[in-house]
Amino acid sequence: MKCQQCEKPATFHITELTGEKPHELHLCEQCAQSYLTNNPSGGTPIQPSLAGMLHHQLKVADTAKELAKLDEQVCPICGISFYEFRNQGRLGCPHDYTCFGSELEPLIVNIHGDSQHAGKHPKHHQQTSQEQTRLIQLHNDMKAAVEKEDYERASQIRDEIRKIEDGQS
Amino acid sequence: MRGSGPESDIVISSRIRLARNLAEFPFIRRCSPQDRKSIEKMVHDRLHAIPGFNALYYLRVDELAHVDRQFLTERQLISREHAEAEGARSVAIDNDERLSVMINEEDHLRIQVMKSGLDLHSAWQQINEVDDQLESKLTYAFHERLGYLTACPTNVGTGMRVSVMLHLPALVITNQIEKVFRSLQKINLAVRGLYGEGSQAMGDFYQISNQITLGKSEEELIGQVSGVVPMIIAYERKARDFLITQNREDLHDKISRAYGILCTAQTISSEETMHLLSSVRMGVNLGLIDDLAISDINKLFVETQPAHLQKLRGNELDTAGRNIERALYLRRYLQDRGKEHRDERN
Repeated sequence: MKCQQCEKPATFHITELTGEKPHELHLCEQCAQSYLTNNPSGGTPIQPSLAGMLHHQLKVADTAKELAKLDEQVCPICGISFYEFRNQGRLGCPHDYTCFGSELEPLIVNIHGDSQHAGKHPKHHQQTSQEQTRLIQLHNDMKAAVEKEDYERASQIRDEIRKIEDGQS
Repeated sequence: MRGSGPESDIVISSRIRLARNLAEFPFIRRCSPQDRKSIEKMVHDRLHAIPGFNALYYLRVDELAHVDRQFLTERQLISREHAEAEGARSVAIDNDERLSVMINEEDHLRIQVMKSGLDLHSAWQQINEVDDQLESKLTYAFHERLGYLTACPTNVGTGMRVSVMLHLPALVITNQIEKVFRSLQKINLAVRGLYGEGSQAMGDFYQISNQITLGKSEEELIGQVSGVVPMIIAYERKARDFLITQNREDLHDKISRAYGILCTAQTISSEETMHLLSSVRMGVNLGLIDDLAISDINKLFVETQPAHLQKLRGNELDTAGRNIERALYLRRYLQDRGKEHRDERN
């Protein structure tokens, strides 16, 4: 299917529910972005567009009840809720890409037309995503230990962080 | 903005930016004030440990006066968001102001390299090296499939934004600019106007950049932007040729009047200055004005901006005061350069 406004393939399907009848739009990513940016919400250009994309994506995919449930979903590492992300257009920590994965994936494909990185990789510290999530967790634990003045525990955690960073875990 | 480098009659500058985050911290929006301080200190210490990096100027943006932050923004060394944000944040800048590393912007690190003219490949070479060196001392948030993880999903993957700033006055005069925009958007490139003192787009300067950051390698993204720029340059040259052959007198008149106003105005806004300098810049390129060089005009674009004028004057100025100061600066500068050129010719 071609985009209704240009020649590119339509990768974005919006169902507008604001009028009397549902109105379907089939657009490419650019036209969708400009459509969503020029539509309601206002504010700075990137955020409403991103929030708008998510909003429309979810409108099509979920019922209000499911959406409310989804909005309550919270990242166990940084504490951001899906609702906050939807509103601000910014994620809270690297783990959000995993914990909100099923909702983020279609958004990422809509933005980039792809879901597979094809560029450079870090040469030195090649940890898995789980190890990286563990790093944030350990970092939080260390802060808590220092606050409690449990310096022995804090130094154990620090050693564990170093192990992961040096690739010995 | 030195007015040198390939195609510098039309291409003002080439810039590459990489967004990076540290694996062990949340993204900026969820960072505590303590986290921000720790990141700032960690990056600062690691930057200093890299050979050749200790010569960087390191500025704590949150401790700078408003006018100094604006000054850095005008020189494109920090973003407007970085200047206006809150909490511990800083910037490291190299000697020739080509490299800057913003710490605690939207992402923990925003590394940027800027070159005069169309020079994306050497910008990539330099930024890639800086990124490798930083990465040998820091652990970046990286996902096996999604690449470099960023606070906004629009930057995920390479985290790279490649942009080229172009001066396209003839395409504007001949009403062809919209056509160029449309064709660029079709191939996934974003076009933005250069913004002035407020948020109003300024006449003839346009920035072209990649929109997507995931699914293509850094070289492919650079290739996409650098492949299309020569075509736009060719269009702009064709439009200039058309104007000069079809309408030489009108064009010469428009440019001479612009130059005349810049040389004699007693008060002038930054918007008007930008428009007039744009005409004069084209006039220099076309040989219609011969007592100025492109580097002079580029310098004036930078130095007539609000914070630059206030730094020059040494005190704060309101809009009316800046307009008078700007006109004075332009008159003096253009008078001196004109005299030097006339002396050289005699």
